Amino acid sequence: MEQAANQVTGNSAILAPGGTSHATPRKKWSRGTSLATWITIAILMILAGAFFLYLLVPLAALLLHAPPSEIWHQMQQPDVIAALKLSLVTTTISTVLGVIFGLPAAILLARTSFPGHRFLEVLATIPTVLPPTVAGLALLLTYGRTGLVGKYLNILGIQIPFTTTAVVMAQIFVAAPFFVNTAKSGLEQLHSRYETAAYTLRASPFQAFRYVVLPLVSPALLTAVGLAWARALGEFGATITFAGNFPGVTQTLPIAVYIASQTNLDKSIAVSVILLAVSFAVLLTLGLARTLLSRKWSI
Amino acid sequence: MKHFPRIMFLLIAACLLLASCGSSGSSGSSASTPSSTPTAAPVTINVFAAASLTAAFEEIKTQFQAKNPNVTITYNFAGSNTLATQITQGAPANVFASADTTNMDKVSSLVNTPQTFAKNKVVVIVPASNPGNIKTLHDLANPGIKIAVANSSVPVGNYTLQVLSKMGQSSEYGPSYESAVKANFVTLETSVSGVVQKVQLGEVDAGYVYVTDAHSAGDKVKSIDIPDQYNVLADYPIATVKDSAHASTAQSFVEYVLSPDGQAILTKYHFIPVG
Repeated sequence: MEQAANQVTGNSAILAPGGTSHATPRKKWSRGTSLATWITIAILMILAGAFFLYLLVPLAALLLHAPPSEIWHQMQQPDVIAALKLSLVTTTISTVLGVIFGLPAAILLARTSFPGHRFLEVLATIPTVLPPTVAGLALLLTYGRTGLVGKYLNILGIQIPFTTTAVVMAQIFVAAPFFVNTAKSGLEQLHSRYETAAYTLRASPFQAFRYVVLPLVSPALLTAVGLAWARALGEFGATITFAGNFPGVTQTLPIAVYIASQTNLDKSIAVSVILLAVSFAVLLTLGLARTLLSRKWSI
Repeated sequence: MKHFPRIMFLLIAACLLLASCGSSGSSGSSASTPSSTPTAAPVTINVFAAASLTAAFEEIKTQFQAKNPNVTITYNFAGSNTLATQITQGAPANVFASADTTNMDKVSSLVNTPQTFAKNKVVVIVPASNPGNIKTLHDLANPGIKIAVANSSVPVGNYTLQVLSKMGQSSEYGPSYESAVKANFVTLETSVSGVVQKVQLGEVDAGYVYVTDAHSAGDKVKSIDIPDQYNVLADYPIATVKDSAHASTAQSFVEYVLSPDGQAILTKYHFIPVG
């Protein structure tokens, strides 16, 4: 619910900078509301409630199955600490790289039109539908030591598979498209008249982007960052295929969960809860940051 | 406000759709119940089998169904540990064929007495191009060699460690051999197929797999035998699941696997027959 409210304030900030809000305010139901409207609201609530329950109950089942003592015990295990550390480091790097390369790609797709535009648009979405194992296999066939690019890297003495670099590359391949697509739709929703106004004030393209576009789309960008980061954190299939599994080098938290599930179900559930807690903390922080940014730019 | 009728219509349509899905689901399950009662009527049994049995069990299915036209066999192939977890969580298995006794033991309270129906052993495979120039088991200890193994939680990974331990205790190889080979591990795969894949693609110089995997990988890999004195014979146990429907059909499937015909098929796929 809070999430939805944030979304509304986020959008109104994009549509109405400077406080002159012409965006639709949140609906308030007056006393004269008809029966049909009440039925609509009731159905809406039931469907939305069913949806949230559908998401919540399996997560609650995990929590109920893992006693706090077991979670605390697992948090002190060296293999869990190593996997957690590796996951945090690699997802941070892959998200930063995803933004550095993905933001220009999103701007290109949202603000320009050229032959092949539609092709690039689809290309930036394909990794999100590709089964992750296939994505990992594709990376192996490209950067593996007998792969398309990898065989030349191999001559230079560079071998990527089974290294932490491979973990980061797998995460970027699978997660960065989430950033690009979300950032792109954020940019598309922003009317170009704001940039035009900036240009009439003799702003350079960089200034127009830095001082006008970026503040207005930053809530959308934070959503995009959150999505990409979360997808990278949960990444399993591409990582196990391209980077393999070696504790401390390529064993990320999701892989540690899977390995544990083969011998010790309780441990795997406890580690899953740790994974969930980390995701919740980061996504909530990003959500708060987005709310703050929205407020800052709507006053 | 004038859009409300349209929204209402859509919402009601959505509700009806959900309701109809629900009812079709329940009618589907009620339709399957009567088919289980008469003896001559078609029977479907669910066989949960270790992934390494895939090819052999597909042929056994063809033969068994030809002899029992009313029976349909549905396979669930996965890692033995995954299957054991699924059975513990109440998955509708009639028969469980595991790649090791450990995972069969995990479900011992849910199955009837298991019987060993095949054996397998460990072998080293190298890519056909042999980038690590591995000719003998000694070469696996050379520095810089990349080796893929299955994780110790996977049966074949556990057997691999047992093999290395036996070699480490021998006078021919010794403890330094064991540690040197282990230092060359670059990945601990979550399944034996992961090991085969990485060797087939030439991304590692060698991998430890079952002798059956080495044969099904075909020309893309070459295998180096591990002498029996160091090798581990993996027992494959099979059992019917207690309190499941079609107990007699499940039992006859197990008997077929243990019969000379079933054993011949397993031998064809390079399993070691029992007895």
